[in-house]
Amino acid sequence: MKILVCITSVPDTTAKISFTQDNTQFNKTGVQFIIGPYDDYALARAVELKEQHGGSLTVLNVGTSDSDPQIRKALAIGADDAIRIDTEPTDSYFVAAQIAEIAQKNSYDLILMGRESIDFNSGVVHGLVGEMLGIPSYSPVMKLEITDGKAEFAREIDGGKEFLEADLPLVLGCQEPIAEWKIPNMRGIMTARSKPLNVVPATPMDDLTVLKKYTLPAPKGECKMIAAEDAEQLIALLRTEAKVL
Amino acid sequence: MTTETAENQALIEETVRDFAERYIRPNIREWDEAQFFPTEIMHQMGELGLMGILVPVEYGGSGLGYREYVAALIEVSKVDPSIGLSLAAHNSLCTNHILMFGNEDQKQRYLPKLASGQWIGAWGLTEPNTGSDAGNMQTVAVRDGDHWTLNGSKNFITHGKSGNVTVVIARTGEPGDKHGATAFVIEQGTPGFTSGRKEDKLGMRASETAELIFQDCVIPDTQRLGEVGEGFIQSLKILDGGRISIAALSVGTAVGAYEAARDYAKERKQFGQSISRFQGIAFKLADMYTDIQASKMLTFDAADTKDRGEKVSLQSSVAKYHASETAVRVSNEAVQVFGGYGFTKDYPVEKFYRDSKLCTIGEGTSEIQKLVISREILRG
Ligand SMILES: Cc1cc2nc3c(=O)[nH]c(=O)nc-3n(C[C@H](O)[C@H](O)[C@H](O)COP(=O)(O)OP(=O)(O)OC[C@H]3O[C@@H](n4cnc5c(N)ncnc54)[C@H](O)[C@@H]3O)c2cc1C
Repeated sequence: MKILVCITSVPDTTAKISFTQDNTQFNKTGVQFIIGPYDDYALARAVELKEQHGGSLTVLNVGTSDSDPQIRKALAIGADDAIRIDTEPTDSYFVAAQIAEIAQKNSYDLILMGRESIDFNSGVVHGLVGEMLGIPSYSPVMKLEITDGKAEFAREIDGGKEFLEADLPLVLGCQEPIAEWKIPNMRGIMTARSKPLNVVPATPMDDLTVLKKYTLPAPKGECKMIAAEDAEQLIALLRTEAKVL
Repeated sequence: MTTETAENQALIEETVRDFAERYIRPNIREWDEAQFFPTEIMHQMGELGLMGILVPVEYGGSGLGYREYVAALIEVSKVDPSIGLSLAAHNSLCTNHILMFGNEDQKQRYLPKLASGQWIGAWGLTEPNTGSDAGNMQTVAVRDGDHWTLNGSKNFITHGKSGNVTVVIARTGEPGDKHGATAFVIEQGTPGFTSGRKEDKLGMRASETAELIFQDCVIPDTQRLGEVGEGFIQSLKILDGGRISIAALSVGTAVGAYEAARDYAKERKQFGQSISRFQGIAFKLADMYTDIQASKMLTFDAADTKDRGEKVSLQSSVAKYHASETAVRVSNEAVQVFGGYGFTKDYPVEKFYRDSKLCTIGEGTSEIQKLVISREILRG
């Protein structure tokens, strides 16, 4: 089985977010980057599937050399080789098109990625890649087994779970508890150095969206305590002050 | 340092940090209060490759150097110094003694088990009556043909109860004679070898410290490590490297205390502003940070010297001395920054305060470090 796992390189969940150049650039100074947490679940499950079924596991990132540490980590965790499409990722369509371009050439049985990145959180790349390749895609997948070339998986839906079965090839957007995050071991870290990291140029294309401006969410307001028996006051405040009712 | 070394080190740090946050942090207080030594964590660290960091790959180790070892120890100790202490004792004392002085058969027999964390290692030099003055040890080993009989006791031995294998230094010549001691490797369960009391300690409580007792313990000569009479000299060499690990343990302890204090100082408000705005607190943090940076550099310098295969006694003693005193000073000041809250168990600094004190005692007290340093700089 040939597996492709697409990973994002995103700011650490505890990073302090700020912007520069009149709120048009994300300020990377002092920010730690990590493998997208949902992508990390996808990668962990892919490593397990490779252990069970053999085959190959390639990790792919659309990004500049700034992502190399995250790619090396993925190699340390268990990917066999890596592809980095050397460009600044702009919007979801652009990223999906770059991934589809590579996937077209290599015909993977399974393309896994996180349900969404944790910087822009669009959550559409898996769907777009599936569409571009003309193969099915599902998200958010929280359980995945492969038997006799068929995928059996569970997807989270409103108020429950949906159990599905589909033939390969497939594109899946993953989330917990599909697998437990893997921590690389020392030997994995050392061998990651000798695994191929192929840097390929991006396919030129126009941006379909333009980023105009970033804004931070409003700072947290003060906390008002209301006695448990005072439901009416709560409702009144939700109406008049919070204006959410 | 090459970019490759730097990138590896960064990934090792991230990995160990993730592990410590996920598997150690949630249990710190429980282990500390119950004096519980988490053998399971030791096994898990074995799977990560942390139990045989310096052991070559052909013996099942990670084949890394002291720089990576120091980086990993700092990350563990930032979260829980007592786990850092156990990791240090296992790696640089027991495992390293077998690696450096064992014969091929002994290395094949013990290193894969130790490096994988299947087995936990202990190392016994200190005795109730001979600590700093270890050369005068009273535990004796008497040869009878192909066998040795050991009698005596060792105390303050890390993993004295749980150690599956222990390296023991015993007297085989005259007391005080540098060539009067020999090292042996002894497996748990060997008749005549038992462990005694487990110490109830001020700090480092999740690291097991216990007594070893030898009563007519008979072992074959194949358990001898290196030459007869070389055990004490071997120990000094082991401690040269060991001190780098205690320096790293100290740096981690200091960083853990400092980061907690820094974050708290920014949050805590008194007199209408964050206490970090008071120069009295801000300057404390500046001092802590400066001391830590110096300790870190000394420790990595000692590690690099060792990795180049050069003599490291002076650098490792300097690093151990400076870093351990820094750990004590920084964790003391960290409690001060926290005020009354720092005195409670709801915040992490009281534990760093207790744990840090071991750093100026274990593997040679600060006084002994000054003895080593002054001898080295006044030589010739
Ligand atoms: C938690 C813990 C774990 C340990 N783990 C191990 C282990 O795994 N294996 C092992 O072998 N040992 C271990 N030790 C023992 C440790 O190495 C000794 O405690 C240490 O070397 C000091 O010896 P001592 O306690 O006998 O103190 P002493 O040697 O009695 O020292 C008492 C005081 O006298 C001072 N002093 C002694 N000689 C001189 C001198 N010449 N000049 C000036 N001052 C001097 C000392 O600095 C100290 O302040 C451990 C200890 C602890 C607390």
